[in-house]
Amino acid sequence: MRLYIWQRATAALLLPLILVHLAVIFYATRHGMTAADILSRTRGSIAWASYYGLFVAIVSIHASIGVRNILIEWSPVTERRAGRCAIGFGLLLFVLGVRAVAAVVLS
Amino acid sequence: MSETLSELSVSLWRGARQGHYENYTVPQRESQTVLDVVTFVQRHIDPTLSYRFACRVGVCGSCAMTVNGKPRWTCRTHVAKVAYGGHLEIGPLANLTVIKDLATDMQPFFEKWQQAKGAFEPSKTRQDAIAQIRPDSPARMAADAAIECINCGVCYAACDTVRWNAKYLGPAALTRAWTLLNDERDAGNTARLQAVAADGGCHACHSHQSCQELCPQALNPTASIAGLKRRTAAAYLKGEIEG
Repeated sequence: MRLYIWQRATAALLLPLILVHLAVIFYATRHGMTAADILSRTRGSIAWASYYGLFVAIVSIHASIGVRNILIEWSPVTERRAGRCAIGFGLLLFVLGVRAVAAVVLS
Repeated sequence: MSETLSELSVSLWRGARQGHYENYTVPQRESQTVLDVVTFVQRHIDPTLSYRFACRVGVCGSCAMTVNGKPRWTCRTHVAKVAYGGHLEIGPLANLTVIKDLATDMQPFFEKWQQAKGAFEPSKTRQDAIAQIRPDSPARMAADAAIECINCGVCYAACDTVRWNAKYLGPAALTRAWTLLNDERDAGNTARLQAVAADGGCHACHSHQSCQELCPQALNPTASIAGLKRRTAAAYLKGEIEG
């Protein structure tokens, strides 16, 4: 129940975040922005750091709960082990995501 | 007896969990049901064939089997609608242990009904006045929409989540819980919400809707389960049930 609420709540938050993320991708490609152009806007920006930092945190929670369910249903692992794997996966996603965010916002 | 049209090639599961399909030739008749075919084999070809039926008219829910890959109530499934090229493959229901031939052990199915608190909990005694329930009240309409379940197990056999998750209560038990949740006379709803919110409860449903597609009573268990998800989530957020 608790995990269900977390997954649904993070899904609800992810929807607008993904739409904005897609809009940003389209904007950047349509305007032919180079990596240097993008970095000049993101470096030192608290707004972009907060936005993508939140995105990474929510994705890590949402995806790890989903992976736990998949492991329980589709693999022979026990629930306990599935939970541990999911926590590991969530932490990995979080670390990778934070590294990526840091790379574009820290100068 | 109806006129014989031609012959049907029928494969029936013989054995228990380990077994094989055995082929039989059965005369095809007008308005013949799949149960008629199975009965013909038992009465005229092999009396050791085991299967289960009772009412023969779609009320008791005893005769469900897997017919050409899909779970069906065999007493009201016409051969003409499901035979493929004059062939029928009839096996036991999926997701249940086979006892012998076409008969499965339904015990886990009914135990899950109990787990989902599928029994009515009275809120009044026989001395109290009879409850007045408006048939057009939203709760009664929701209960009515799901109440005609005959416990045939077709939805349980059709469900992917039941196959993947041994703890999952299944569409029938959860639909029963939904009808009682909407019954104003019932007094057991907190325990019921707690039961269907537990591990293997309504939140395990992936909404694949095989139950809805194959329910012989044209019920929509997926919608009932969606209702349970909403009600349990609200109860959890209000602190009425534990997570």
